[in-house]
Amino acid sequence: MTLRLNQLMVFATPIIIATLVVIAPVQAADTELPQSEQGLTLSDQGIQKSADGGMLEALMFYICAAVVLGSGLAICLSKNIVRMAVYLFGTLASVALMYFLLLANFIGVIQLIVYAGGTLILLIFGVMLTSKSPWAKFDVKRNEMIAAGVICALFAGMLLMVVVNAEWPLETDAVVVGSSMTQFGSALLTDYLVPFEAMSVLLLVVMIGAAYMARQE
Amino acid sequence: MFEIGLTHYLVVATLLFVMGIYVMMTKRNAIGILIGVEMVLNGANINLVAFNRYNGMSGIDGQITSLFVIVLAAAEAALAVAICMNFYKNLNTVDVDHGDTLAG
Repeated sequence: MTLRLNQLMVFATPIIIATLVVIAPVQAADTELPQSEQGLTLSDQGIQKSADGGMLEALMFYICAAVVLGSGLAICLSKNIVRMAVYLFGTLASVALMYFLLLANFIGVIQLIVYAGGTLILLIFGVMLTSKSPWAKFDVKRNEMIAAGVICALFAGMLLMVVVNAEWPLETDAVVVGSSMTQFGSALLTDYLVPFEAMSVLLLVVMIGAAYMARQE
Repeated sequence: MFEIGLTHYLVVATLLFVMGIYVMMTKRNAIGILIGVEMVLNGANINLVAFNRYNGMSGIDGQITSLFVIVLAAAEAALAVAICMNFYKNLNTVDVDHGDTLAG
């Protein structure tokens, strides 16, 4: 039973993602392109929230959320490390689609490149290199699973209660302008220059450290 | 129901975060724990981008922060996989319960 459910999810996830990729341009085409105050078209960086586009956005959001939470639940329940990595791809790709829905195009692309393209491959290589058989199972005691489940359910209930009941003091605008690469470039080289440089030093240190630790004697 | 707001994204992020914590608690494979950490970081990232989007999109501070989180996650995964390989070389397993040689 669980095996069949797993296989179904493995096949369903790429199909759903492909469907979303097909729907996305339609969603963009449906929305009107507003003129900004400076007289520039926002065609490449912004969309206006329209009444008829809201339904499709909601549909896409619910599909994305279903894939994120479904793959996450599958990771929780799966005992096989390779299957967990595959489900993690479903989660990461749907989170990238959520970034596109949130008008964070650059972050969505980076999520796909760095997470789905880099980190996930690294994890799978780690699985292959650190087990005699990639299908090795590590059994967890039922007591531990129940205790962890109770703790996590309580924690989730607490967080959800806060999130749903809180009133966020947010500005709401009719026209929502997406972010552009230009904004990222100038922000990284002005306001965020110090973290950016620290990050580059960190990446160098991590590269040397990982190569040093994984070396052969 | 069809109006997607900030709360919808926050609920998804919360559930992803909690599921990541559950994975970290229950998996004994070191790579499995790493997968849980990635889920937690993704949940936090959804929060950052959603708050950035629903705050009038006046800046990209949230997105820049999530960019840094993604870079840190990649660096952390690289180091953790290297540590796992060392762990495997020394103990011939990646079961974290066996990493107790320092215990008295």
